[in-house]
Amino acid sequence: MNLKLLALSTAASVLALSTAATAQTEVNFWHAMGGQLGEQTDAFATTFNAMQNQCKVNSVYQGNYTETMTAAIAAFRAGEQPHIVQVFEVGTATMMGAEGAIYPVHQLMADQGIAFDEGNYIPAVISYYSDTDGNMLSLPFNSSTPVMWINIDLFEANNLEIPTTWDEVIEAARVLKAAGVVSPFGKGWQSWTMIENYSAWHDLPMGTMENGFSGTTTEFTFNNDHVVNHIQRLSDMAAEGLFVYGGRRGDSRPQFVNGESAMWINSSAYFGGFVADIKDFKFTQVPMPVDAAVRAEPQNSIIGGATLWVMRGHEDAEYACTAQFLDFLSQTEVQADWAQSTGYVPITTAAAELMEQRGFFAENPGTDVAINQLSLNTPTANSRGLRFGNYVQVRDVIDEELEAVWSGTKTAREAIDEAVRRGNELLRRFENTSG
Amino acid sequence: MHKRVVFQNRWLPFLLVAPQIAVTLIFFIWPAWQALETSFYLEDAFGFSRKFVGFDNFTRLFADAGYLRSFWRTLVFGVSVTALSMGMALALAVAANRVIRTATAYRTFLIWPYAVAPALAGVLWFFMMNPSLGIVAYMLEGTFGVDWNHYINGNQALILVIVAAAWKQISYNFLFFLAGLQSIPKSLIEAAAIDGAGPARRFWTIVFPLLSPTTFFLLVVNLVYAFFDTFAIIHATTNGGPADATSILVYKVYATGFVGQDYGSSAAQSVILMALVVAMTVVQFRFIERKVQY
Amino acid sequence: MVENRPLAAILTHVVLILGTLFLCFPVWVAVVASTHPGEALVRSPIPLWFGDKAWENYSQLLSGGVPSTGGVPLSTMLGNSLIMAIGITVGKIAISLTSAFAIVYFRFPFRMLFFWLIFITLMLPVEVRILPTYEVVARLGMLNSYSGLIIPLIASATATFLFRQFFLTIPDELVEAARIDGAGPVRFFFDILLPLSRTNIAALFIILFIYGWNQYLWPFLITTDPDLYTIVMGIQRMVNVGEAIPIWHYTMGTAVLAMLPPVLVVLAMQRLFVKGLVESEK
Repeated sequence: MNLKLLALSTAASVLALSTAATAQTEVNFWHAMGGQLGEQTDAFATTFNAMQNQCKVNSVYQGNYTETMTAAIAAFRAGEQPHIVQVFEVGTATMMGAEGAIYPVHQLMADQGIAFDEGNYIPAVISYYSDTDGNMLSLPFNSSTPVMWINIDLFEANNLEIPTTWDEVIEAARVLKAAGVVSPFGKGWQSWTMIENYSAWHDLPMGTMENGFSGTTTEFTFNNDHVVNHIQRLSDMAAEGLFVYGGRRGDSRPQFVNGESAMWINSSAYFGGFVADIKDFKFTQVPMPVDAAVRAEPQNSIIGGATLWVMRGHEDAEYACTAQFLDFLSQTEVQADWAQSTGYVPITTAAAELMEQRGFFAENPGTDVAINQLSLNTPTANSRGLRFGNYVQVRDVIDEELEAVWSGTKTAREAIDEAVRRGNELLRRFENTSG
Repeated sequence: MHKRVVFQNRWLPFLLVAPQIAVTLIFFIWPAWQALETSFYLEDAFGFSRKFVGFDNFTRLFADAGYLRSFWRTLVFGVSVTALSMGMALALAVAANRVIRTATAYRTFLIWPYAVAPALAGVLWFFMMNPSLGIVAYMLEGTFGVDWNHYINGNQALILVIVAAAWKQISYNFLFFLAGLQSIPKSLIEAAAIDGAGPARRFWTIVFPLLSPTTFFLLVVNLVYAFFDTFAIIHATTNGGPADATSILVYKVYATGFVGQDYGSSAAQSVILMALVVAMTVVQFRFIERKVQY
Repeated sequence: MVENRPLAAILTHVVLILGTLFLCFPVWVAVVASTHPGEALVRSPIPLWFGDKAWENYSQLLSGGVPSTGGVPLSTMLGNSLIMAIGITVGKIAISLTSAFAIVYFRFPFRMLFFWLIFITLMLPVEVRILPTYEVVARLGMLNSYSGLIIPLIASATATFLFRQFFLTIPDELVEAARIDGAGPVRFFFDILLPLSRTNIAALFIILFIYGWNQYLWPFLITTDPDLYTIVMGIQRMVNVGEAIPIWHYTMGTAVLAMLPPVLVVLAMQRLFVKGLVESEK
């Protein structure tokens, strides 16, 4: 090829590229996935963008779940909303209530002529996210459930059995403490793991009206003796040095990674990060312990994680791209890869089967605990999930009140009663504004 | 205060003040008015509907023990930051005023934190006091047996933000105290020394009273700084926690509005705070005005 | 000094050295931390002497950002901070100069009303009225733009007062002389007032540059587009990435880069800075 031709063809390809770039439709996708999860989420957008050339998805990390959701709402008020926003499960009721702001996913898919079958999803996901007509208004993306992470080395070194009840947790914690473990027990996302899932796991209601599923006049009732006793137990453990509070959300993660905690209850989605970060000890996940004083056998756990909501106020061409991207994300391979690399549960039955076929669960003992917990029994009214308005703010209230317990300024009873009282106020305000 | 000689022009002066007035009206007066209006409404998060609720947002606030605690906390925070940073700055300024030869060298080391953003000051101290890896937390534990964990202990979290806020403000106070000290005539002090007054007595009877205008000015500036400019320190580090322990008033306005999406209550808090600033500014203004008259 | 007491002299230096240590130590720790790999900073005690990863850490930060918090390159954020800081500084100085000129050198209706309006801005810090200001800016379509970052922050009562004070000290004879020469207000402003204000402008420039550079809440709220992030707000994401791998080496590197420009300005122009600070506030 002579030089002139080379130059010409380069110019032509540059031209082609730049026209392609200008013709692309842009879709903004706000997510709350920090760390490795965030890198993988961004990678989905990159892959999707490389697969075709009409659409370009801008995947933007907007901070933690609360920050992302509130930023999207503020942006909506300002007319600057993204096309897709990732909202965590407790924001579901708020989003569902904002009919003028959201474009239901099942409707979007129908409008764009893309097949979308709610029946593909696992029951725990369907029961949490469907509206009263059985339609899914948002696309499930990442779902997990709390499990107990175990530092196997510390357990073996002290000849301990893996605990299955809270009494056994305390016994093991005492032995570990004596052996010099700083905070034998630890936990994160405390409202989710210690109150919401504790309640579901033991088939206790969080609030009236089927945990809010049947109406906005619901009230909280989680100040029952069982929950209070459980929080008091944790408080006593803290007083005894068996548990050191490590902060909200996942802030206590270093406790487990650094070997300061041998039992750590938090999302199964820490799997991917732990595989990458923990080199000096063996770990696994086991089911959450049971409170024998409440029930002999657990019910089922509830999911956490987030779904993708499509927001109104954009062009049709952009919605076409949005639908294509959501379709891409719900492909079985994408779902299975995502679940395998992160520890989120496979949210479609097909993805779970594919992971089984690939031999993932067999090769990684413990990775099936999460999905088994979720599908342990048919969900009851107490264990299908939560549908409370303003629940994002209620979580903050619960965090605050629990922190008062850990620091010893309030008893478990005082704090939980106060959390229920303040929570009910927020429910009433929500009811007032959505009426 | 007035010029005797002025230009005559009908339109030019309006043109000259127009940009500043426009910015003030659009970005200060209009929002303040909006805050006042919104404070009487209850709004849903997405802004689809709103309901007039009268003074309900205000009465709720004053019935809310959490909000009243926040007042108290803000006061403790503001007074601690002011006392700590002014106290240290005064000691440093008095010392720097005594060493003539090395004063500029020291001054260089002492003034640069002024340029550090409050958010960054917060992050630096957050890192140094991190319970599992912070060097200060480590030393506290090793030397004094203090079990430092600002994730759980509200008082420690408050100390953390106080120290960070005070640290950043020392430079500023130092410069003003130094300027104040340098303007005190040496002859006065020498005269007192000849009368047999010792250094401590000289300081309290001559220097400190003469510094009082500076001290008063700094008092107001530091309180304003602690009440409002420290938002970034708290937002970047403790997020108001644990258990609301570091949630000062200005942080609550943000948290209620942007995080809690309770626009009416946030606006009501804005109105209360504006009233507070107006009161503080009146105090400050009397001082400024006196300066202006000189 | 009035008398010479060796003990007092030693005490003086001890106080100064302790103060210096207290002020410098956090930055020392930050600089050191930014030169280590992330794994060195997961548990106590952390190193207090430099590591060998400075080049890797800083080049990663500047070119690729921190992937686990969105991966916005710090060079972009630094650029945005610079644009915002300069924009705010120039804007504040420009509109304050003209309004002070109008208030001092003209008699016109509503003069005092305007003066008070400007004064009121002192009473309304942006943090206090944050929500409605956000809504106003949103209504004007200024979210995610440089104008949105800059214009709402350029009103300045302090700068206007400073210039007013300074103009009042300029002898009236200059105005009369200018008039005799046939110079109108515009020429007087550019030929006489502006050159005379040079030092004041320069001193104020430093203070306002620091003010602009250090903005946190405002850019945090109105930028959701990563191309417009500024560095001081950008660090928040890194500190709060609770669930991610420890990235303290990046966080501290970012802190160092974020404080470097304003600190350098202060140190390089110390005399002007001190003048600007002490005079603009008094």
